[in-house]
Amino acid sequence: MKVYLDNNATTMIDPEALELMLPFLGEKFGNPNSLHSYGSQTHPALRKALDQLYTGINAADNDDIVITGCATESNNWVLKGIYFDKILKGDKKRIVTTTVEHPAIGATCAFLESLGVEITKVDVNNQGIITADDLRNVMSDDVALVSVMWANNETGMIFPIKELASVAHEFGALFHTDAVQAVGKIPVDVQDANVDFLSFSGHKFHAPKGVGALYIKNSIPLTSLLHGGEHMGGRRSGTLNVAGIVAMGQALENANKFLAFEQSHVGRLRNKLEDALLSLPDITVVGDRANRVPNTILASIKGVEGEAMLWDLNQAGIAASTGSACASEDLESNPIMEAIGADSELAHTALRLSLSRFNTEEEIDYTIEKIKHAVHRLRSISSSYAYAPEWHKSGL
Amino acid sequence: MAKGNLISGNIWEEYSQKVQNAMNAPKNMGEITEEDAKALGCKLIVADHGAESCGDAVRLYWAVDETTDIIKDSKFKSFGCGTAIASSDYMAELCKGKTVDQAVKITNIDVEKAMRDDPDIPAVPPQKMHCSVMAYDVIKAAAASYKGVDPDHFEDEIIVCECARVSLGTIKEVIRLNDLTTVEEITQYTKAGAFCKSCIKPGGHEKREYYLVDILAEVRSEMEAERMKAIADAKISGSGVDSDLSFEELTVVKQLKAVEAIIDEHVRPMLEMDGGNMEILDIKSEESRIDIYIRYLGACSGCASGSTGTLYAIENILQESLSPNIRVIPV
Repeated sequence: MKVYLDNNATTMIDPEALELMLPFLGEKFGNPNSLHSYGSQTHPALRKALDQLYTGINAADNDDIVITGCATESNNWVLKGIYFDKILKGDKKRIVTTTVEHPAIGATCAFLESLGVEITKVDVNNQGIITADDLRNVMSDDVALVSVMWANNETGMIFPIKELASVAHEFGALFHTDAVQAVGKIPVDVQDANVDFLSFSGHKFHAPKGVGALYIKNSIPLTSLLHGGEHMGGRRSGTLNVAGIVAMGQALENANKFLAFEQSHVGRLRNKLEDALLSLPDITVVGDRANRVPNTILASIKGVEGEAMLWDLNQAGIAASTGSACASEDLESNPIMEAIGADSELAHTALRLSLSRFNTEEEIDYTIEKIKHAVHRLRSISSSYAYAPEWHKSGL
Repeated sequence: MAKGNLISGNIWEEYSQKVQNAMNAPKNMGEITEEDAKALGCKLIVADHGAESCGDAVRLYWAVDETTDIIKDSKFKSFGCGTAIASSDYMAELCKGKTVDQAVKITNIDVEKAMRDDPDIPAVPPQKMHCSVMAYDVIKAAAASYKGVDPDHFEDEIIVCECARVSLGTIKEVIRLNDLTTVEEITQYTKAGAFCKSCIKPGGHEKREYYLVDILAEVRSEMEAERMKAIADAKISGSGVDSDLSFEELTVVKQLKAVEAIIDEHVRPMLEMDGGNMEILDIKSEESRIDIYIRYLGACSGCASGSTGTLYAIENILQESLSPNIRVIPV
């Protein structure tokens, strides 16, 4: 059996969205900016997709939802745009963010810091989030932008975005949220939350890769990253990825239709898997369930190095993820585990399991069986876990 | 950056079959108890290296025959990724049947080579080479325990590149001896930085205490300081012509000696054939020009060519031999 539990990395394409986009990869290939019939035949689908996106996050007509290549581009655009518009030209000098943002925010902030921007990073609490008071403590009138993720990619923990946006506005700062892990999993309403900018990426909610968007409230000025044409009202040049946009619109509409199902079905399967993990000794899961997106588990399995766990799961056909970065470009352990103050030993034992509405009960049962087997095998090899006699008593 | 680096691949696809097999079913995984060791007529040695907090930890068990120092059995336990498990398994296997002194000579490169399916194709991708280092280090710990010495006894140098086992001393020496100026040259000469590349500069696969870029900068800086000091010393002492120094860098005394030497060898014999001679009165440097004041003697005094042909000949010889900035002025 093959089981895909790495949906916070990317998702399968919604079959309906896939079917809708195919004509735009085939006979309907016209450039939507062209005047001839090939170009104009794409417009109705583009308009519909844009409507779906506006409805999907409850944007107003006078707001902009500009299509980008991905949320990384959207995040870069907001931060660098604010640098040009508010920091270089104005009297504000700081950007406030958190210690657990995606590198699309973290690395961009580091780049801006090298240009002289003051970056303030707020530490998260033991739940992996920041509160309104945490933010208020570092705010002052010199802050140009506050950027806080809506939900964390590793833990799934949900940040109090509406309250945080309110604090930012108290101090005259704009508020951006990287909602890439929230859109399509929990209700996201930009007007209710009163955010100024919001980034998302289609492939996190069953649209194809290579298409994302940036919500910009009420036409707030923001220097463009890409110059060169009049696409997207001149805000983002580059010929439109029509097929991707059409699929993203439909995928978002469908994901929002399934929000209740996400909570009930996906949440139940997630809890079942989590309960099975927690029934084993020396396993911890980060963050309260009630304040997490319903699809995510970040577990720490004592004595089992993260990549070794991934190897065993992969042998069983199960795709998961680890922040224990032996498998990645650098060897630092999972940064979110460090940020929430987890024991550094546990930080190398992180396993992330992220579900989608396409996962079945049978898959979760199979995964539980295989995880138990892998935990047992790897702990029997483990030099660090061998010292814990209670494991041997557990009979597993 | 080049075409091959633009899209990263799945590192697992670069593991040899031997590595994969050892990850799935390590043959030497487990413990040796006191009873097991006694049954073999051996002494039990248990050594640890690394820590879970660092992401890698390994425990090595040896049953050593104290009469021959031969390792009769060897097993391991490991907290680490698949490569760490596989390389620990092969390391344990390589220890068997060797004396403790022979085992200490097993390097992580030996372990990696033993895991190859094809002798010419690495068993693991470059960034995984460091995972085999744990296996190397724990052997030292086990041998130290057996011999009752400090593990540093086997490792008295600072290792900069764990993958290729290249020490700080070796890198510094190679830079000096070969006048290396780039990290790429260091890698060519020593293989340091050729594998996981963590030791090249900060921000790589893992944090390192020493980086090649810093070592290179430091040694080059030392070499430059030494060169400047040599010049200063030569100027102060004024003794011995240092071939590394330009004429302009010499002291006046050394400049005078150098000019005298050239005059004696190439000019004076020519003048003496006509019953003449010359002497050097003074040398003065002004900005980039060096003026050498001379006086003609004998038949050369009052000779018409003393301010034309003969003068040009002397000036040419000195310019070609010592410095193009020399001007000869007859007084």
